[in-house]
Amino acid sequence: MTASDTSFVPKGRPLPQRQPLARVIDSLVFSIVLYSVIVGGIVFLAYSGAQAMGYNWQWYRIPQYFYTVTDDGFQWGEISTGLVKTLTLSATAFALAVLLGLLTALLRLSGLVVCTAVAVGFLELVRNIPLLVLLYVFYYVLGPIFGFDRYWASILCLAVFHAVLISEIFRAGINAVPKGQWEAATSIGMSKAQAYRYIILPQSVRFMLPPMTGEAVHMVKSSAIVSVIAVAELTTIGRNIISDTYMSFEIWFTIAAVYMVVTLILSIGVSFVERRYAVDT
Amino acid sequence: MSGDAAIITFDHVDKFYGDFHALKDISISVREGERMVVCGPSGSGKSTLIRCINGLEFHNSGVLTVDGVEVYEDSKEIYRLRQEVGMVFQQFNLFPHLTVLENLTIGPIKVRKVSPSEAEATARKYLERVRIPEQADKYPAALSGGQQQRVAIARSLCMESRIMLFDEPTSALDPEMINEVLDVMVELADTGMTMVVVTHEMGFARKVADTMVFMDGGEIVETAPPERFFTNPASARCRAFLDQILDH
Repeated sequence: MTASDTSFVPKGRPLPQRQPLARVIDSLVFSIVLYSVIVGGIVFLAYSGAQAMGYNWQWYRIPQYFYTVTDDGFQWGEISTGLVKTLTLSATAFALAVLLGLLTALLRLSGLVVCTAVAVGFLELVRNIPLLVLLYVFYYVLGPIFGFDRYWASILCLAVFHAVLISEIFRAGINAVPKGQWEAATSIGMSKAQAYRYIILPQSVRFMLPPMTGEAVHMVKSSAIVSVIAVAELTTIGRNIISDTYMSFEIWFTIAAVYMVVTLILSIGVSFVERRYAVDT
Repeated sequence: MSGDAAIITFDHVDKFYGDFHALKDISISVREGERMVVCGPSGSGKSTLIRCINGLEFHNSGVLTVDGVEVYEDSKEIYRLRQEVGMVFQQFNLFPHLTVLENLTIGPIKVRKVSPSEAEATARKYLERVRIPEQADKYPAALSGGQQQRVAIARSLCMESRIMLFDEPTSALDPEMINEVLDVMVELADTGMTMVVVTHEMGFARKVADTMVFMDGGEIVETAPPERFFTNPASARCRAFLDQILDH
């Protein structure tokens, strides 16, 4: 029975009305008005500020950086190739980070003193170095020593930086599985490796998905930092275009929007996957 | 009963949790096919006792032999031993991400390396035996507590274990579901399975136990056949305990 069921007459007296002011603030109309005022205000300030400094808006020149159709046919523009580079860079680094993060988490949870020490040492080392410095270390120090180029220096740097954060997600996810699951797996004769693989990790997935999404989004965003060593990804492309055209407002707005679209798609995609793993205990 | 051969032997076993002396000089043995019921107040060490049998906990001194294998932490045979010893937990501990059927087959397939079709046939046979064949494709969360516990019993049976340990199997169940689990356990006892059961269900104990064990403070206070245990226990502590749980 619902409140809209007309045949239903409650026997109890109705609840006291809320304060008039509270009702206004909670209403949908008020929310929309407030939202519009804030967003409109920001846009107006930005636009009028740009006008005041005599900025020459040239939005019509932006689409060619995504793609062009000329007599030679269809061609991807610079921003599109930069986006692809950003995506492959982030995806490769994320895959490595997940592997390294899992390894670190398992070492840390192994209960063996040496393994725990190695894991904690690695965690503390990476966690206490700024990402930018870590990137310089990989590019200027480890790169020449081990012979990898700027592209792999950035992938490895991002992988190591995020592996530390991901290992904590794994650790929390593994610890969130009740102890009884370990006991049940052990009692049917499973080894530790089998218990992890068939029982514990599949159950940790649902604890780990939300923070992992956050980490993937974070990865795409922090990949922008590799522009300082001139890897030709989205942010570097943006800088290059600006140095050619001086359209800094349009290009930075565009680049920001592209990042936002990518990370939003990522979040929405994962929320679908999450539902698949939503098992109750 | 298949003779007098002891399949589980505790020989002066002690167990500590830090400073806490959980098992004190335990010496007891279980014959093949024997049904032993262990009772006692909470914290008396009964759970610890049976968790030592399949190496979920490890004792600190003394000799514990199960099925001819000495149980200790680095024993190479511990994994094989655990396949011979099934365990049913108070909280069922079914694998929530697997269906009932997968819960029953994952052990045989991954540990015993049985073929999936054979494992499934065995699983269906035991689901029949615990009277829930129709629940095979559901997830554990969709089952009642009593059904979950019966699945847990079937999961152990699927490993073709020769010894079954029950750690308060009915304590987490609603009263109306206790009997459906106990009935399955009584039937299991009738097949001649070696069983060690920690429980407060004294009706069940009377019906199936060959030996009653009363523990208190980490010690085995009394070991007796059920007729004598229930009518004329030797120790005062045991008598007081029985008075408390049988009075209502």
